[in-house]
Amino acid sequence: MTAVETEAGTRQHGAAMGVSVPRKEDNRLVQGQGVFFDDIKRHGMGYLHFVRSPYAHARIGGIDLTAALELPGVLGTLTGDEVALLTDPFFQIAAPPGGHVRDYALAVGKVRYIGEAVVAVVADTRERARDAAELVMVDYEPLAVVVDAREALRESAPVLHEECGGNLSYSDVWEWGDVDAAFAEADHVVSIAELHFDRFNSTPHECSGALVEYNRGTAQWTVYTNNQFPGFAAIMMGPALRAGLDKLRLVTQDIGGGFGNKITTHPQLVVCCLLARKLKRAIQWTEWRTDFHQSMSHGNERWFQDTEVAVKADGTLLGFRTKAIDDAGAFLRYEPLGGVIWSQVAGGLYRWRNLRLEFTQAMTNKAPVSPNRGYSRMQQLWFTERVIDIVAQQLGFDPVEIRKLNYVQPEEMPYETPNGCVYDSGDYPRMLDLALELIGYETIEERRAEAAARGKLLGLGIGSTLDSGTNNFGQSQLVNPALQFSGNNEVATVKLDIFGEVVVTLGTTPQGQGHETTAAQVVADSIGCDVDMVNVRVGHDSYWNSHAGFSGTYASQFAVTGLGAVKGAADLLAGEMRQLAAMVFHCSPGDIELGGGFARIIGNPDAALPFMALGAIVNANNAGFLEDPPTLNCRFVYRPQFDVPDLERKFGNLTLTYATQIHACVVEIDRETGVTEVVDYAAVEDCGVRINPRIVEGQVMGATAHAIGAALWETFAYDEDGNLLTPNFYDYHVPHALDMPPLRTGALESPSPFTPLGTKGMGEGGGGGIHCICAAIQDALRVVGAPVVTDSHNPYHRVWELIRHPERSRQSVEVRSR
Amino acid sequence: MTVSTTPATSRAISVEINGDTVEREVPASRLLVHFLRDDLDLTGTHVGCDTGSCGACTVLVDGLAVKSCSILAVQADGASVRTVEGLASDDGELTALQQSFKDCHALQCGYCTPGMLMSATALLERNPHPSEADVKLALQGNICRCTGYWNIIEAVVAVGQGGAA
Ligand code: FES
Ligand code: FES
Repeated sequence: MTAVETEAGTRQHGAAMGVSVPRKEDNRLVQGQGVFFDDIKRHGMGYLHFVRSPYAHARIGGIDLTAALELPGVLGTLTGDEVALLTDPFFQIAAPPGGHVRDYALAVGKVRYIGEAVVAVVADTRERARDAAELVMVDYEPLAVVVDAREALRESAPVLHEECGGNLSYSDVWEWGDVDAAFAEADHVVSIAELHFDRFNSTPHECSGALVEYNRGTAQWTVYTNNQFPGFAAIMMGPALRAGLDKLRLVTQDIGGGFGNKITTHPQLVVCCLLARKLKRAIQWTEWRTDFHQSMSHGNERWFQDTEVAVKADGTLLGFRTKAIDDAGAFLRYEPLGGVIWSQVAGGLYRWRNLRLEFTQAMTNKAPVSPNRGYSRMQQLWFTERVIDIVAQQLGFDPVEIRKLNYVQPEEMPYETPNGCVYDSGDYPRMLDLALELIGYETIEERRAEAAARGKLLGLGIGSTLDSGTNNFGQSQLVNPALQFSGNNEVATVKLDIFGEVVVTLGTTPQGQGHETTAAQVVADSIGCDVDMVNVRVGHDSYWNSHAGFSGTYASQFAVTGLGAVKGAADLLAGEMRQLAAMVFHCSPGDIELGGGFARIIGNPDAALPFMALGAIVNANNAGFLEDPPTLNCRFVYRPQFDVPDLERKFGNLTLTYATQIHACVVEIDRETGVTEVVDYAAVEDCGVRINPRIVEGQVMGATAHAIGAALWETFAYDEDGNLLTPNFYDYHVPHALDMPPLRTGALESPSPFTPLGTKGMGEGGGGGIHCICAAIQDALRVVGAPVVTDSHNPYHRVWELIRHPERSRQSVEVRSR
Repeated sequence: MTVSTTPATSRAISVEINGDTVEREVPASRLLVHFLRDDLDLTGTHVGCDTGSCGACTVLVDGLAVKSCSILAVQADGASVRTVEGLASDDGELTALQQSFKDCHALQCGYCTPGMLMSATALLERNPHPSEADVKLALQGNICRCTGYWNIIEAVVAVGQGGAA
């Protein structure tokens, strides 16, 4: 049974907004008529294949290309030495020591993880490119390897980037409130030796890639790609290629999932650009699945050590202190932004005001990390949820009651957190009640007994998360004060064409989120027409004048930035349409109303102009006006109101909106094997106003599935030599249809007071499933020695260990009471 | 060290694809999926892995759901192949299954969708009224990273019940 029940929305919207209208994208996609980058072909294009490092750490000796180049059909190659001559190292977000990293599009001098691209080979067919890559001979001189971030920080560890003087990329202390006073006031101090958040990512179904053309006459590249943050890619690629951004045209169309993992493809895109220029032909690169797993965008693995929690006798949480060690992998492709982004949700949903977190990030001989659905906040939210459940377990509090006691309360909204973030709206206790109702909390003890009779251990867990959206890029200055980024922006254009076509262009790069549909809903209501009349161009094209520096689709923001821009442009257009109709009818724009595809004089249905007439007048029939008519072609840049954070206090509003998720699940564990089955699941989402509830629910479902996978099956496990043990879907077990538990979803709508439509960005989901499954496992194992769940990833063998040796994890937790 | 590369042999094949007979000379090493996508421009069939694990490439070969990345084009010689492009009628009328995918929000990015549709089409052809358990079993070779499968399962079950739930 997988029935899904959705609570009805709580707000009235316009005719199209708030309604689950059918998606505009679907007709082409169900017929196989989507255009993904790999579907694009050019005459004479060359297929690129990367030769990748089989060593996790090695010096590169000679590279012998002879045999590869002799293979018929091979068109050319590119090596790291050429890259070092032709490009500059990528700009580093990090301040020193991480800022000293010299990162090129191909390995230069040294390889630092298995799967790192060393040589690129181009041939006339995919098969030949791959065969030729096998013929490239590279001499490696292996070096000592470090794969554990904790060890990487030791004096004696092998160093990845000598220029950094060690493996430390970034370190700082983040502290707010009066932490010492909180611990002095506490009745109980709970200490937890070590918690570990595992390494995985969202593995979008389509791998990365591009088709790149070079125009020698204008020295311009056109990059058809599935990169999901073209604004960022351009900023990385332009300086590296020593080219202005006008020389880089980035185009996206249909994208087969992204989840953040397609943000940092700039090194591969630069290789394609160089080869398109060198070989004078279009270059086609499609990443292989194994290449993706070995080299692309892993999620941040993180340790939390020496955690202490200050608790009052009644269960009030006063604060915590902890030391986080983050594993960035071999390069800092988007790091150390992970070192600040967690602080958007520093305390999770709770009211504790005294927080201290020492954040240290290390580089290791593993694939570089990059944004991954829930980027860096998920780790922190998992930490806060784990802390709550461990405190509850140790001190005998009910996990529901301790949450309700400590949640930020609805009457406190908007709530300023200790570090200056503002939770815009929400009712966390009510969401929890709804989740518990959906999961059948009332009958859980009966179910527990019934499962026990079958020899199963049954447990219930809760995961409370925030999906913070619409970044203030000013937070990057918290990790590197020299950076010149702040605020955020997105652009849209809306125009009325000759035959009355309403045409919308976006700067965003949807990967399944239905932007064409929701943008059309907003435009339809703003200018008074049917959703079907609105044509939204597919994807992003930096030649369209509808993009800005932060354009893209990432960090849960489309419903705010993308639709904010769309709404702004549509309102401008509506104003111009009224103005034009008023010019035609010789009345004032205030006398004109728009509706049903017409502009008409209010109260005079006969004085009506169809949209087609308005479009035709401006575009093709514009003589005789005494004053200039409007253009009916409107561009709007949405810019949320942000200040640069206070760098001294690490204080400021880092993100505009906070969608909230409360997830609850029931698991059954086989005592003999440790196999955990999720048998019931409820997900409640509050993302403010929902433009299209069905699309919102789809995002909730997807985030839930990712979290279930990460909690139980998905891991990027490395051996001590730096071999990735899960380099493809054969070993890396993503959930299949058979794995999915029954799901019930619920929704509340607490409109954001800060956004044009009351919406909040959503879709990342904060990893609620990881947190609630950890909690449910801990709950289920109460009766077998009450072990403590200290890892985010709990495959059967780890659960079996917990059952077998409950004292081991219990020893890592201590309570001091006064 | 010697490295063997694929021998550069090729062969003429004749395959019926979505009702049309196609005759081509193909390299012996060409996978069926690349024959469809690169040689015939039938790009609805996708590639999502290199281990035969994801099902994005699923097509029907003589009525059976087959991962087209896992057989060579030459192995399809003489067979009848149906791809996602062969589902809707020429005038664009969708099959009940395609319509149900739309109605149930059974796709987000749409990358897995062609493979899902072909696996489900094969199921519905042999079992017109599948249960939820039947559907899950029939789709176990198809990965979707966006939807969590719930709506996909609902969409396929709904077809067997005569329409979207
Ligand atoms: S591409 Fe064929 S199974 Fe993945
Ligand atoms: S809809 Fe994206 S993989 Fe299934």
